[in-house]
Amino acid sequence: MQQLINTALGGLTLGMVYAAFALALVLIWRSTHVVNFAQAPMAMVTTFVALEIIDHGHSYWLGFAVALAAGLVLGAVVERVVVRPVEGGPEINAVILTLGLFIVLHALASVVFGNRYRSFPAAFGIRGIDVGGTTIALTGFGIFTILAVLAVMTLLVLLFRFTDLGLRMRAAAFNQEVARLLGVRVGRMLTLGWALAALVGSLSGLLIAGGSLVSPGYMDSVVVYGFVAAVLGGLDSPVGAVVGGLFLGLSLSFVSGYVGSQLVALAALAILMAVLFLRPDGLFAPARERRV
Amino acid sequence: MRRLAAVWHSTLGRHLLVTAAAVLVVVLVVESVDDFRAVQLTQMAYLGIAAGGLTVLTGLNGQISLGHGALMAVGAYTTALLVSDDPVLPLPVALLTATAVTSAVGVVIGAAAARLRGPYLAGATLALAVALPGVALHFGETLGGEQGLRLRVPETPGWVLDAAYFVTAHDLTRSKYVAYLAWFTLVVVYLLLANLARSRVGRRWRAVRDDEVAAELAGIHLGRARVSAFVVSAAAAGAGGAVMALAVRLTAPTGFTLTLSLTLLTAVVLGGLGSLTGALAGAALLTFLPSVITDAGTSAGLDDIRAAELAPLVYGVVMVAVVLLAPRGLVGTLHAGWRRLRNPAVTPDPTTSADAASPGATVATSKGDTR
Amino acid sequence: MLTLSGVTVSFGAVRALREVGFTAPAGQVTAVLGANGAGKTTLLRTISGLVRAQTGTVRFGDRDLTRQPPEAMPRLGLAHVPEGRGVITELTVEENLRLGGLGRGRRADADVLDRVFSLFPVLRERRAATAHVLSGGERQMLVIGRALMASPTLLLLDEPSLGLAPRVVAQIFDLLSGLVADAGLTVLLVEQNARSALSIAHRAVVLNLGRVVVDDDARVLADDDQLRHAYLGF
Repeated sequence: MQQLINTALGGLTLGMVYAAFALALVLIWRSTHVVNFAQAPMAMVTTFVALEIIDHGHSYWLGFAVALAAGLVLGAVVERVVVRPVEGGPEINAVILTLGLFIVLHALASVVFGNRYRSFPAAFGIRGIDVGGTTIALTGFGIFTILAVLAVMTLLVLLFRFTDLGLRMRAAAFNQEVARLLGVRVGRMLTLGWALAALVGSLSGLLIAGGSLVSPGYMDSVVVYGFVAAVLGGLDSPVGAVVGGLFLGLSLSFVSGYVGSQLVALAALAILMAVLFLRPDGLFAPARERRV
Repeated sequence: MRRLAAVWHSTLGRHLLVTAAAVLVVVLVVESVDDFRAVQLTQMAYLGIAAGGLTVLTGLNGQISLGHGALMAVGAYTTALLVSDDPVLPLPVALLTATAVTSAVGVVIGAAAARLRGPYLAGATLALAVALPGVALHFGETLGGEQGLRLRVPETPGWVLDAAYFVTAHDLTRSKYVAYLAWFTLVVVYLLLANLARSRVGRRWRAVRDDEVAAELAGIHLGRARVSAFVVSAAAAGAGGAVMALAVRLTAPTGFTLTLSLTLLTAVVLGGLGSLTGALAGAALLTFLPSVITDAGTSAGLDDIRAAELAPLVYGVVMVAVVLLAPRGLVGTLHAGWRRLRNPAVTPDPTTSADAASPGATVATSKGDTR
Repeated sequence: MLTLSGVTVSFGAVRALREVGFTAPAGQVTAVLGANGAGKTTLLRTISGLVRAQTGTVRFGDRDLTRQPPEAMPRLGLAHVPEGRGVITELTVEENLRLGGLGRGRRADADVLDRVFSLFPVLRERRAATAHVLSGGERQMLVIGRALMASPTLLLLDEPSLGLAPRVVAQIFDLLSGLVADAGLTVLLVEQNARSALSIAHRAVVLNLGRVVVDDDARVLADDDQLRHAYLGF
């Protein structure tokens, strides 16, 4: 019973992080129809930026804030400089481009920050909390993780639902030509969308890193989990991405706890294939024509 | 002379002539280098074999795969299982079995992949590449876990040694034997792939890539065309993995990370999608460029580990640049440039040669509003 | 007053517009008629900057629109309602309308929204619904309402009658002539449905293979059987 609860709690925490990462992928997919496979190394690079700051004796929170800001800038630069030319072109070009970027950022991080594992601090305790004499698998940092992701999601909802800027961004994502005719600067909105997405991606990178080891490849599997979570939600639904992330986090936690931790990625692949075959528009999509 | 011209004009004849020339070049090159270079040549061959498979899939059929590293792992592990115990199978049998097993896996993955497009397919195969090493770890008893499986490459058969001595008047070293094996495998695989590409099957693959609706109206079964392309491509990756296992003599999860899959894609993109020559050129770059770049890095003051990361940095940058500036790949772009130089009036005709870059796959077409 | 002179647009080897020139007088409806492929939609897209003219100029009042990007149009007082209705189906009715007011660079004010709602009461009822669920006629009302949110002086309408029931078409055209009469709006109306368009237009321009072949009073065209037969098929 205790193991069941602990597995579920671990899955919940992890699921929130996958949800954030999936949300980042969805934001980009909705606006530019690109799956940003480079999201993982982008988050890795910003996490290393935070680590450098913290290792130079500054506070955790300064590193945290700078990493998020770096994510914002990196996302904007990547969209404007690299991705813009392939937007609206053949899908395969965009896929290859983001993978090229994946390789570049990976190698760049190895050159600049080194290739070894380094430990990343956590802002809060990473020991389980005591509840009535037994220790449960919910840590202080785990609670922070859940709250941070919830906060970011709330802010995004407020931005998109209730501000003019959010309305412009959505219009640009859904129908570029109409948006332009209504005076929306579509290019700027897409850049901003990538910047916000990269910020959310950076947050998930920081949250995964907290209290564990980081290396240039530490986010590689997360891009797979984030992608699976996003597809579970239909790839263009932010709410779906969050639910998909939680579902995947819980499922993988159970696979890891009861079957074998090495098979987690295989389980994610199996879930992905099951969704793509049974509900290609995601678990929550109304019946529509298949677009995969 | 006229008979030679006639042979040249039949596809198979031309391919056989090129094959004969290739065999000659392989012998000359392998004989003229030392053992260290022979090992490098072997690496180029196994990357080239797998990249050849990938370029057929991506270039001719428009399917992307980030899972070819995992397919190589299937070939390599099969080979390792077959060659690690006494009595060892003859190598050609092991190679063929590994290829067959990988093809069978390719049927399963291909059937799933046939229903997916672009980014979905990329994501699914990416998941495969990330997931497969875990399988080797989980079934550690059979597959050797973290340590991997060691191979015992059998003694070079006596007749091969005799034949080699007869031709070259040198004793054949083990490394060179493996290099020959690798390159002859490459030549055979490329001959088969080139023929397939020019055959009816290849035309169907291209038809499906270019316009699904038109292909279907022309009576082509889309699923079958996609699965067959995937299986052929997987077979090549399996053969490449088998050769890799023989060359490295160790098959371990660390050899088949995501990096390997991305490396293959790099080779294919650098060379120009759909071009076997390009895939080979890409494999050559991936094999020989790193040491040059790494040396440049160390002489610029970087430590060894960091300098070793400069090579992937360069490929990554080149890959991004190729997509942005020269979507036909380096070979395709050179090819087009060469034609333009020779005959400025004629615009390059993408359909004349199976070996030319395939514009349908990468050249950005209309910027239609797809949102 | 909208004035085009010598406007030529090509797509590759295809000439879509050849030396097009005419004037749409202020406060009037100018109908642009012609067969499919005559260049009508390209004409509107060129005026609003979605398509760039190789030669020629487009002037609106005392401003040169020729090199202006589409994003600048709301600020200059133009509203372009594209073909196929141009509703952003993922947004709600009210969000679509709010978006129309943003182009002028100030907040959509409640008065304008109220006026649009009183013109199209059905939109008020469905303000919180996703535009996806609207019928064809409601969508057409929504895009016209959205264009009005920016209080434009020039309205470019592309095939507003497309796919609508005749009763709905009549309703929308009535409303248009009312807007022109009351608010002094200038309208450039591209239509396949020449008969309906001529019923409310003051001027008529007929395009044929990218050229202006008729530029006259709407009444003259409506009364000239030969011209109507030759170019409009009724």
